[in-house]
Amino acid sequence: MKITELFKQGEFVVSAEVGPPKGINVDHLVEEAKTYLSGITAVNVTDNQSSVMRLGSLATCKVLKDAGLTPIYQLTCRDRNRIALQSDLLSAAMLGIENVLCLTGDHTKMGDHPQAKPVFDLDSVSLLHTIKLLEEGVDLGGNKLVGEPPKFAKGAVVSPCSDSVDAQLAKMERKVAAGAEYFQTQAVYEPEKFIQFMEKAKQFGVPVQLGIVIPKSAGMAKFMNDNVAGIHVPDEMLAELRADKEKTKAGITGIEIAARIIKECKPYCQGVHIMALGWESKVPALLELAGL
Amino acid sequence: MLITQLKSKETIVSLVSGKAFIINCQGCKEVSFPEKEAGELQKELVADGKVTGIITTDYICNPKNMMLRLQPYMAEIDAADTILVFSCGVGVQTVAEYFEDKKVCAACDTIELPGYQGVTPLQHDCDQCGECYLNLTGGICPITACSKSLVNGQCGGSKNGKCEVDPNMECGWERIYRRLEKLGRLDLMKCPTQVRNYATDDEVK
Ligand code: SF4
Ligand code: SF4
Repeated sequence: MKITELFKQGEFVVSAEVGPPKGINVDHLVEEAKTYLSGITAVNVTDNQSSVMRLGSLATCKVLKDAGLTPIYQLTCRDRNRIALQSDLLSAAMLGIENVLCLTGDHTKMGDHPQAKPVFDLDSVSLLHTIKLLEEGVDLGGNKLVGEPPKFAKGAVVSPCSDSVDAQLAKMERKVAAGAEYFQTQAVYEPEKFIQFMEKAKQFGVPVQLGIVIPKSAGMAKFMNDNVAGIHVPDEMLAELRADKEKTKAGITGIEIAARIIKECKPYCQGVHIMALGWESKVPALLELAGL
Repeated sequence: MLITQLKSKETIVSLVSGKAFIINCQGCKEVSFPEKEAGELQKELVADGKVTGIITTDYICNPKNMMLRLQPYMAEIDAADTILVFSCGVGVQTVAEYFEDKKVCAACDTIELPGYQGVTPLQHDCDQCGECYLNLTGGICPITACSKSLVNGQCGGSKNGKCEVDPNMECGWERIYRRLEKLGRLDLMKCPTQVRNYATDDEVK
C-alpha cells in the first residue's frame, strides 16, 4: 500500500523506523516489528544509517513485507551511483515495495568506514527526479524501460528546527518540484519552531510527518544537542529528563515528553514518524499517551 | 593544464540581463582559453550595446592583483548590472567574493586535463567539473565548498552553519544561500533539478 493514498484520505499517518542489524539474523527485528509496530501504518527501514555498514534496507523491507507490514524503503545516495540506485529501485518495485524515502545520506566520514569513497553521484533531489523518470518509463540516461514502469510513493526529509531553516525550506521546495509527495522531519523538540516551519511549508501542499525521537535520558538529549544537526532539546526538557533519574520513573518522562510534542504539533501536520532507536517496545505506550 | 570552454551563446546572452562589464583572464599559460570564440561573442555583445567595458588581464585568481587591474574600471563596473567573467572557476569565485553585491557570472566551463593545474588558488578552489555552477550559486563553488559536492542545495547535516564533516568548515550551502539572499537572487534556489555530468568530454555532453 502506498502511504500517499492514506494522506489523500485525510488519515493521520503514523510510521516508525527500524534499523537493520550488523549481521544476517533478522528474527529479532521482525519479531519486534510484528509485536510493537503492526498497529501503525508503515515501517521505515534505514539504509546504512549514520554511514555504519549493516544489513541492507531493501532485503529487510522484503522480509517485513512478507511478515505483513508495510515497509518504507530508505535510499541514500552515499554508497551507490545512479546505475546502482536505479537498479535497486527496479528491484524494490519488482519485490512489491511501494514506498521510498530519498535521502542524500550522511558523509562516509561520519560512520564506521571513514576510509570509504563517498559517492553522492546523485543527491536527494536528483534521486527524486530520477524516480519520476523511471515512473514515466525512462531511465536517467534517457533509455526506455521494458514493460510496465515502477510506481512509488516518493518521500523525502526536511529539518524544521535547523538553524538554517530558510535554506532547508528552499531545499524542500526543490524536492517537491522534483517529485516528493510526502515528508518526514528530523526529530522535533521545539513545537513552536515546528509550527512556524509548517506555516511556511504548507504552501507546498505536501503532507508532512512530524519526526519524533524519544529522549531516553538527559545524557542522550545532551549528546544530540552537541552532535546532531537540526536537533535542539531545550533546557527545561533537559531538566525534566534529569529529574527522571530515580529508577522508578526511568524512561517514562521521555515518553511523556514525546507524547506532549505530538499532541501540540498534531493540528499542524499530517502524521508522525517515530524513530525509537531501540525502544520499539515503547512505541505502543507512546501512541496511547499521545491519543493516537 | 586547464581548459576553459565557452558556455553556449544562448546561455551567455541570457546571463546578461542589462549591461555587462567583461573580464577576460589570460593569466596562466597552462590554461587553454577560447580566445577567438570569446572575442567574437564579445564583439556581438558590444554591437548590441550591452557592454560597459572590457578588460583583458591576468591572474584574477589573486585578489590583490585583480583589484589593482580593475581599479581604473570602477565606473564601468558600477554602470553594469552583471560582471561577466571569462576565466577558470577560481577567477570567477575571486571576483564574486570581492563584488559581493553584484551579479558575477561565469561565461566558461572549466574542464580538467591531467598534469599541472595553473596557479595555486589562494582561497578558492575549482575542481574542473566541466559545467560551471557558479551562475546558480552566487559565485561560490558548490563542488569544492560543499563536502558532498551537492548541486541541489543544503543537506540536513549543517549545524550552526558548519558542515557535518568538519565543524571548523563553514557549510558551503549555508554560504551560498546567504550570498544569494544578499544578492536578492534566492529565485536561483528554484532552478531545475541539477544532475552532475561526469562525462565531460564532448561526445557525451
Ligand atoms: S562549479 Fe566549481 S568546480 Fe565546477 S567549473 Fe565552476 S568553479 Fe570549477
Ligand atoms: S553540511 Fe553543508 S557543506 Fe557539509 S555536506 Fe551538507 S550541504 Fe555540504
